[in-house]
Amino acid sequence: MRTFRYERASTTSGAVALLAEAPHGAFLGGGTNLVDLMKLDVARPDLLVDVRRLTSDRVEELSNGGVRIGAGVSNSQLAADPLIRRRYPMLSQALLSGASGQLRNLATAAGNLLQRTRCPYFQDVTTPCNKREPGTGCSAIEGHHRDLAILGTSPECVATHPSDLAVALVALDAVVRTEGPDGERVIPMTELHRLPGAEPQRDTVLRHGELITAIDLPPLAFAACSYFRKIRDRASYAFALVTVAAAIDVVDGVVRDVRIAFGGVAHKPWRAIKAEELLRGGPAGEDQFRRAAEAELADARPLAGNAFKVPLARNTMVRTLLDLLEGPR
Amino acid sequence: MSTITPRAMGQALDRLDGADKVRGLARYAFEHPVDHPAYLFPVQSTVAVGRITGIDRSQASAQPGVLAVLTYHNAPRLSTEDGELRVLQSDEVAFRGQIVAAVIAETSEIARHAASLVRVDYEGRTHNVDLRAEVPGHREHLRVPNEVLPLFPMDTAEGDVDAAMASAAVRVDEVYSTPWYTHNALEPHTTIACWTEEGFTLHLSTQGVTGIQAGVAQAFRLDPSQVRVISPHVGGAFGSKVYPRADVVLAAMAARSVPGRPVKFALTRQQTFSLTGYRPPTIQRVRLGAGSDGRLTAIDHRSIEQTSKLKEFAEHSTRATPSMYAAPNRGTQQWVAELDVPTPTIMRAPGEASGMFALESAMDELAIACGLDPIELRIRNEPDTHPHFHLPFSSRNLVTCLREGARRFGWERRDPTPRARREGGWLIGTGVAAATYPVLRLPGSKATIRADANGRYAVLIAAVDIGTGTRTALTQVAADALQADVEQIDLRLGDTAYPPAAEEGASAGITSWGAAICAAADQLRQRLATEHGGTVPADGLEITADTPENEYLKQYAMHSFGAQFAEVRVHEETGEIRVPRQLGVFACGRIVNPKTARSQLLGGMAWGLSMSLHEQSVLDLRFGHVVNHDLAQYHISSNADIGAVEVHWIEEDDPYVNPMGTKGVGEIGIVGVAAAIANAVYHATGIRIRDLPITLDKLLPG
Ligand SMILES: Cc1cc2nc3c(=O)[nH]c(=O)nc-3n(C[C@H](O)[C@H](O)[C@H](O)COP(=O)(O)OP(=O)(O)OC[C@H]3O[C@@H](n4cnc5c(N)ncnc54)[C@H](O)[C@@H]3O)c2cc1C
Ligand code: SF4
Repeated sequence: MRTFRYERASTTSGAVALLAEAPHGAFLGGGTNLVDLMKLDVARPDLLVDVRRLTSDRVEELSNGGVRIGAGVSNSQLAADPLIRRRYPMLSQALLSGASGQLRNLATAAGNLLQRTRCPYFQDVTTPCNKREPGTGCSAIEGHHRDLAILGTSPECVATHPSDLAVALVALDAVVRTEGPDGERVIPMTELHRLPGAEPQRDTVLRHGELITAIDLPPLAFAACSYFRKIRDRASYAFALVTVAAAIDVVDGVVRDVRIAFGGVAHKPWRAIKAEELLRGGPAGEDQFRRAAEAELADARPLAGNAFKVPLARNTMVRTLLDLLEGPR
Repeated sequence: MSTITPRAMGQALDRLDGADKVRGLARYAFEHPVDHPAYLFPVQSTVAVGRITGIDRSQASAQPGVLAVLTYHNAPRLSTEDGELRVLQSDEVAFRGQIVAAVIAETSEIARHAASLVRVDYEGRTHNVDLRAEVPGHREHLRVPNEVLPLFPMDTAEGDVDAAMASAAVRVDEVYSTPWYTHNALEPHTTIACWTEEGFTLHLSTQGVTGIQAGVAQAFRLDPSQVRVISPHVGGAFGSKVYPRADVVLAAMAARSVPGRPVKFALTRQQTFSLTGYRPPTIQRVRLGAGSDGRLTAIDHRSIEQTSKLKEFAEHSTRATPSMYAAPNRGTQQWVAELDVPTPTIMRAPGEASGMFALESAMDELAIACGLDPIELRIRNEPDTHPHFHLPFSSRNLVTCLREGARRFGWERRDPTPRARREGGWLIGTGVAAATYPVLRLPGSKATIRADANGRYAVLIAAVDIGTGTRTALTQVAADALQADVEQIDLRLGDTAYPPAAEEGASAGITSWGAAICAAADQLRQRLATEHGGTVPADGLEITADTPENEYLKQYAMHSFGAQFAEVRVHEETGEIRVPRQLGVFACGRIVNPKTARSQLLGGMAWGLSMSLHEQSVLDLRFGHVVNHDLAQYHISSNADIGAVEVHWIEEDDPYVNPMGTKGVGEIGIVGVAAAIANAVYHATGIRIRDLPITLDKLLPG
């Protein structure tokens, strides 16, 4: 039997210290992803440091008008939080569109961000995968990649990041607070996840043993009306083909500000910076939305089995922005 | 054959085992309490075809708690011709995922880990797993399979289809395909096997204890009396637990190597995708020729499917076609391609589910080509007698189902123009399709009835209840056969200690077992009257009878029919598909228990939706395995996908099918749903999808 140690620390620094000593150890949140991967022999930690109850399980208002989410807040609790629902409804919608009620009860905010790709070959140790075993090759590029990336891919890996929550956080310019062996730091959500490049084994910029303690949301008044639209192969309980998280501030027909992020299209939640820039200061309307989406997706390099995601992402973005303008139909 | 008077039959009785199931008291195979069990875990091949060149089990064997590592070197030699059951008999690998070794250990965790430490080296050969490459005309791998049911030949022909097609005013000639579907019963295949001096005791999840007994006895050269098979409750099966498969044989082998110790074996979800069978993918060509009035002059249906190189299994996809519509020129042809894949097996409505998708989609295409309402087209082609058997139908109510469904569904308000209805960004369409399933009676059942002097009857038969409500419905049948109350009946099943029974399958359970029970009840009554003056003697009376032959089979064609309706919504911009409404009307003879029958039909319709839009085992041609082999990736419709599902049936009094007048309800619910949905999708969008599943990318505007 593959054995591992299980530890609980009484302080965050204690937890960090435990992992610093264990190069093959891992933090354990709700375990809904990590434990699955252990059963599949994809993850083989020799030490689990349980941080589910160690990090904060509270959602708090910050003095700047933003909100702080403790890393240990469950996905269910976060989705139901009145502050979140009022100020950042897209975030609540993103969570509720993910997984199932049971999973959301167990899953933590930090664990959600750090869940690993659902690429089928990554989860099957009998097939080559550069992310799981660097240098073995990517099975997906010439195999089944319907769900995988169209933007920012590399010849080594075309995986997508599966988190819906992360897409909303990226759109909202959230930051992640961490505590690691080298001290604390603050990482913008847009920089937390990486593109695969030549090192697809690294999902994020976190170092070994770096603990997420909280996620901070800055104030964003116009996010009080925001949408998360998830397109998937069945009506519930499926990972995204494409998602769009969006909020838009339109005054007298002119876009004052806008936030757009795509999920299901890249190795990281994809902030649509080009589209946002094109739209800011210009008129709000279907043509403009479409042109902005096309500009954002101009760099898409889809594979044979996922080319449909390009028009799907475009149409979904246009529809989400129109719904924000007109109210949903 | 005399028919029995319904008193208990027709009552919506609650399931007799419902309360036990809800309270967790009904024991499934793996939950059977046993002392000091050992656990089994298999090692599966990582090549699709080739030869094992070496097995190193030293690391696995060295693990504390490992009791044995089985390979083809040390496994008992089996005596069976069934390639699926010849587990660990040679160094040959016939499909990816085949069992090449197995570990028996003190705990399931140790067994699983040790299995990962068994090193197997292969000399792989080039494999062929691609059905799409198998087109007729280039047919080296293709052949006509053996008959599945003797009544239904694999090839049928009458008249001259080609000539009729050439001169037809309206023609449809299209190719349809269905994917590889995996059963995914909630309870995976599980066994507890124990070997003692008396032989094997097997607690397992199966659709037929008698068939398992025979298969295992033969493989291990035992007398069937040395194999006891017990299966009181089964958590779903859908065909995948009809035939014994490698898992059962492996569990029995493992039990032989640790005599006296029960060996527990439950497949993981992933393993069920390669080891328990599946509905084979099909490629079907349908040709229809008709006059401009829609009257068919030609029907031709050909299908290619796959089987393994270990064993032939053919889904007879063209089976239903000769029973459906009148046309002077008809043909059906069935082929199988032998590929380096696992052996497919029975899945709910094997043949009809896939075949009727093609035929009933083509009928819709013909209706559109003729400018006719699709219901009217079907009515115009209603045959007087069975087109192939040239016999009258014992009862045939397809037209009644279509009309009744149309009325309830609101069909007459339909504007046939595609893309005519739109609501809030969703295109709305409706579709219809016919359904059918033959009335079958499987051989090999006996029932024993023991009457006691207190007015109670023990009814013993080795049938199984796979979760359908058989236990309850068969009790109702027995009550009416014995002219007794349900409370007087003590039905016992799921154990080879009782008289043998045909498997639960082909919607034939109630027919096959019920007919045996009726025969035994008849004989019991006669014996009581002639020998005991009409009263049960103090020490009771016991009668055993076989399922009789049906004398009417030579005079009548026997089929159930139905009509499936669906409303779909397709999002104009994203292609997302929703099915807010399904409605089915069925004519399946007498309904023994409206409550359990409704569940069967409703479950079939829900699965039909799942088969239409969601399910698909994705094969990786390079490795030869199903990549989406778990329930997160293999999509089955979720609750949110199923809208309003209305189930109706029409009263049908058929004295020819069996003494109960039943035709079976297990399969027909799924038949025709995929065509109704595909037809509705066409109506909504103007896009005809001929390849299942219908996913949003196929409907996405460019
Ligand atoms: C069937 C299924 C369907 C799903 N569908 C969706 C979906 O549609 N959308 C979606 O977004 N998600 C979906 N999920 C994923 C689910 O959201 C994640 O499994 C969950 O959010 C992970 O949270 P957790 O706390 O259980 O993480 P864990 O499994 O405990 O951990 C995940 C990773 O995070 C690390 N970690 C945990 N906490 C910390 C911390 N504080 N600091 C640093 N590292 C940490 C762990 O070491 C591990 O590497 C699905 C999951 C399943 C099983
Ligand atoms: S896409 Fe990435 S995760 Fe998937 S097989 Fe390729 S390398 Fe592995």
